[in-house]
Amino acid sequence: MNERTLSYALLVPAFVIVIATTIYPLAYSFVTSFREWDLTKQLRPSGFVGLQNYAHAATESGFQNSLWVTTIFVVTSVILTVVLAMSLALLLRRTGRLHTFTRIILILPFAMSPALIGVSYRFMFNPEFGVLAKGLGAVFPALEGTPWLANPDLAMAILVITDVWHWAPYMTFMCLGGLASVPRETEEAARIDGASNLRIVFGIILPQMKGVLLVTAVLKTIFALKMFDQVVTLTGGGPGTSTETMAFFIFNVGFEWFDMGYASALAWILTIITMVISAWYVRMLLSERKMATA
Amino acid sequence: MNKYIAYWGERALLVLISVVVLFPIGWMFLTAFKKPRDAYSLSLNFEPTVQNFVTVFSDPWNLGSMVLNSVIVAGATVAIAVPCASLAAYSFSRFRVRGRKFLFFLILSTQFIPAVVILLPFFLMFRSLGLLDTRVALVIVNLAIVTPFVIWMIKGFIDAIPTDSEEAAMIDGASRLRVIKDIVLPMAAPGILTSSIFCFILTWNEFMFALILSRRDAVTLPVGLVSFRTERGDLWELMSAAGVMITVPIFIMALLIQKHFTRGMTAGAVK
Repeated sequence: MNERTLSYALLVPAFVIVIATTIYPLAYSFVTSFREWDLTKQLRPSGFVGLQNYAHAATESGFQNSLWVTTIFVVTSVILTVVLAMSLALLLRRTGRLHTFTRIILILPFAMSPALIGVSYRFMFNPEFGVLAKGLGAVFPALEGTPWLANPDLAMAILVITDVWHWAPYMTFMCLGGLASVPRETEEAARIDGASNLRIVFGIILPQMKGVLLVTAVLKTIFALKMFDQVVTLTGGGPGTSTETMAFFIFNVGFEWFDMGYASALAWILTIITMVISAWYVRMLLSERKMATA
Repeated sequence: MNKYIAYWGERALLVLISVVVLFPIGWMFLTAFKKPRDAYSLSLNFEPTVQNFVTVFSDPWNLGSMVLNSVIVAGATVAIAVPCASLAAYSFSRFRVRGRKFLFFLILSTQFIPAVVILLPFFLMFRSLGLLDTRVALVIVNLAIVTPFVIWMIKGFIDAIPTDSEEAAMIDGASRLRVIKDIVLPMAAPGILTSSIFCFILTWNEFMFALILSRRDAVTLPVGLVSFRTERGDLWELMSAAGVMITVPIFIMALLIQKHFTRGMTAGAVK
């Protein structure tokens, strides 16, 4: 076999998997998004309805709500995660036994099942016997008896906390990797010249970390847009619809209402939003690269 | 004086971080060994019991079959995804084929797609194929999630291997396949192992697909958690025991690859 044939042959198994498990289902749901298909009434899809499903999304309140919920969730969780991950990385890049220990255990939240994280935070914030609810009540008597997950704002805050708890450690590892490639010389020279730690971090380290931080932010945004597991196990979308993220809402349209056409259209809207945001980040990243090499 | 504050301040901060990380996990472990009565109190002074583990493994919870499902689904996914991904990663890393950039971008861009988009068609397809509530269905959907990611990760590891020894062996007349088998695979083994464990963790924790595609026979551990929500309320001590069963194997694996993990992540991500 010559090199050329081989180079393609090696790609075949992986591409068969990707085409069968991703590209084909994508095409399937794209076509479905233009059809009317109520699974409770019909086994097979009925005719094409053009853009009707998409038009419905523009006015339907459940979806509008989920757009808003997702926006709040994405913005807060991305900012908190990236800031926290960068700070942790700055703290943990030094050597020391406590540093090493902390670095090692940081892998645990990432390895924990998100569904389980939702369950355990739900337990800890239970107003009657949750350890965090009780603990906070003991320290701040004003908080005693707060129905944490029954309050829309607090429920959203706890949802964000679980997500940051899950992802910040992973992103810390990415930032640590980025820090490792920042040359130490400039930093040391600045230190000798008497620059403060704060100046060094903001004037020397962070500018060189821009690329890594952007990648971290893109990945976190993509993960946050898909947020689903903890919504199910922590809040169930409630109270009311206050934590119904887009992924959760689409899931409900598909598997509670069984409206396949509308659910497919919504899923495609979410995909397009994700793609646009990713493309925007990638462009920023590329221009960043150009400036760095220029 | 200032130095003193900085020194202890940094240590205090590290301890605080460790507590924030470990507390939810530790509390779950404690609860798993509490009697139902103690689970609803905050007391640390309780008589430990393994009764919860006995309960979750017997009727009607049958956690054993969920453990088996999780092991088979995650194992099969790794066994299919990793070899296929390794070959593709090698090709992406070493050959300058036409359309390579486009193909690699195509693979990566599938990672941006929200899982719920492919969940709907998979549900419909499996329904008409009679594959709902089977492990086969779960393996297929998990392949969609992990394959692109594993290609990306392994490519990062292979990129880091110098090509000198490969070229030398080829000049000596070894075929490309021979080179892959005898030189590249052994050198990439730690990276491939790391990626495999990573892939196992993702599949093991996967929730959305399993929630919709399994009912009774193919239920995996994360979905099993939901079944401890009964009309009598949430059975926290049993959920915790099940939680311990979900986390322990994964924690062991994660700690095993901790060192490589950091490197693998950055190799793939920062390039």
